[in-house]
Amino acid sequence: MPPSVEADPAPDAPASAVSGYAVETRGLTKIFGSQRAVDGIDLRVPSGGVYGFLGPNGSGKTTTIRMLLGLVRPTSGDHDILGHPMPEELTAALHRVGSLIEGPAFHPHLSGRANLRRLDAADARSDARTAASRIDAALDRVGLTPAANKRFGAYSLGMKQRLAIAAALLAPRDLLVLDEPTNGLDPQGTREVRHLVSELASDGISVLVSSHLLAEIQQICTHIGVMSAGKLVAQGSIDDLRATRTARLHLGTPDPARAAAVLAKLPVSQLVSGDETVSGIPSEDLAPEDLVRALVAADVPVRRFTVDRPSLEDLYVSLTGEGFEVRS
Amino acid sequence: MMRFARSEMRLIAGRRRNQAGLAVLAAVPILLAIAVRLTESNPRGGGPPSFIDDIVGNGVFVAFAALTLQLTLFLPLAISMVSGDAIAGEAHTGTLRYLLTVPAGRSRVLAVKYFGLVFGAFVAVFTVAVVGALVGMAIFGTGSLTTLSGTQISLGAGLLRLFVSTVYVALGMSSLAALGLFVSTLTTQPIAATVATMVLTAAMWVLDAVPQLGWLHPWLLVDHWAAFADLMRDPADWGGVWRGLSVDLGYAVVCLLAAWARFDGKDITT
Ligand SMILES: Nc1ncnc2c1ncn2[C@@H]1O[C@H](COP(=O)(O)OP(=O)(O)OP(=O)(O)O)[C@@H](O)[C@H]1O
Ligand SMILES: [Mg+2]
Repeated sequence: MPPSVEADPAPDAPASAVSGYAVETRGLTKIFGSQRAVDGIDLRVPSGGVYGFLGPNGSGKTTTIRMLLGLVRPTSGDHDILGHPMPEELTAALHRVGSLIEGPAFHPHLSGRANLRRLDAADARSDARTAASRIDAALDRVGLTPAANKRFGAYSLGMKQRLAIAAALLAPRDLLVLDEPTNGLDPQGTREVRHLVSELASDGISVLVSSHLLAEIQQICTHIGVMSAGKLVAQGSIDDLRATRTARLHLGTPDPARAAAVLAKLPVSQLVSGDETVSGIPSEDLAPEDLVRALVAADVPVRRFTVDRPSLEDLYVSLTGEGFEVRS
Repeated sequence: MMRFARSEMRLIAGRRRNQAGLAVLAAVPILLAIAVRLTESNPRGGGPPSFIDDIVGNGVFVAFAALTLQLTLFLPLAISMVSGDAIAGEAHTGTLRYLLTVPAGRSRVLAVKYFGLVFGAFVAVFTVAVVGALVGMAIFGTGSLTTLSGTQISLGAGLLRLFVSTVYVALGMSSLAALGLFVSTLTTQPIAATVATMVLTAAMWVLDAVPQLGWLHPWLLVDHWAAFADLMRDPADWGGVWRGLSVDLGYAVVCLLAAWARFDGKDITT
């Protein structure tokens, strides 16, 4: 699907080309009663990127997305979508955005196709003449064509989710906002959604995709933002985030004392010697092979040798806390 | 806008419970006509014009009588049901968030919703009138009509007055629909909105029945609803109808503005 070629009047021209952000928020905050559901976040979704919006249950992802799309009025802060200041240019902005918010919601007594027809009819800018073909294409894209005429109420969870994604793809978009798009999908469905998102991204569409499972989206994301208790605790390109994780050396040897002495000089810091093991953090410029060479040269018997970085998952858990309980 | 409005009409018309409601509305004039046929010899009652006594003379009066009868309960109930569902129903199923991110535009959604309700009101009221007139004419025959003043008018003139009366009742129901639409923006529970609208209507009927509150009556939406009866005098008395229309308009404008003010800034969290 090509990016939107809709001829916007000049004032609508994407300023995102200037700022480079498909979504930019400044101090976006939502307070429900006394709770700061979203607490002053500065989200930066780069144009053309796939931004993984992560966070445990109740951390404020959906509330943020609702604010981005103008469903919920921020308590304070402001934001731009595709260069359109919100909420002033809400209509112009949302025409370029496809969205999936907190799961699918359609009229249960209408078929999947009839539901899409209704959404398309509600769009002032969509062309009635192309509606049928666009609806068929969207259904086809999510593999729902065989069930298109079934009542939505009779859909399985995964079929409902697919229909919601189809709805987001009804018109050409420049930005997709997908709140937990793989919720309820079978493994094939999850893979297909990932594939679909990558495909759309390679067409130049920016994507903001939320999830509480890092593993589910880390392959497709170029950027990641992590929410915890309403705050954005980390944000950056996935490579930057990877790089921030320090590598750790684990060595198995019958002579830990000698090994530690050799390693200390390289230098490897925070050395911990155990019974036949040594571990530590090599300085950044040391490649693993340098360490092995130094050890062998000093006649240290090496039985086991690994240098590994914590997984993104470990990093994510360390950022959001290990606790199981949701925040109240 | 036209596509959206058509989609809304289709949505309202496609609802099973709306179809069932319409069937009930259509059944009342039929039952009325049968009941009158079966009890034709009974003495006539007193009280305000209900048109029931006139049915035997001309079947067209079944329509007038059915409109008068349903004005108090079935029609307001039907309107409360459909209008309470308008915004709250979409909020409840979550479809509202998807409509708004299409983006359909909040004012536009409200305008189309109200259009749909007016459409529903006209369909409901015209169903009553048309079924009533047809069934009545089939059972009791037709011809010139005896007005409430005792004079005769031609069938054509009578049907014209029935048409005007039906439009008048439909406009009254459209005004109630504006009230229901406003209530519907206050909650995400369609049932609550329906019940609240019905309670408001019933409360107005109660107030309208208390003679000591005579000063209040002209301000009650329901007070003028039956004023179309005066159109069956000779000459037709339009006073009550005009006053009724201005009250309808007043309620509709205030309620739509309130609905808009409420809906425009509302957080959609369902
Ligand atoms: N309408 C509301 N009224 C009051 N509090 C709310 C409302 N909506 C959300 N919250 C609160 O805001 C916080 C953030 O909720 P949100 O739905 O944004 O979390 P989330 O990150 O999307 O979680 P999940 O992964 O479970 O979807 C929660 O503590 C929730 O209880
Ligand atoms: Mg959520």
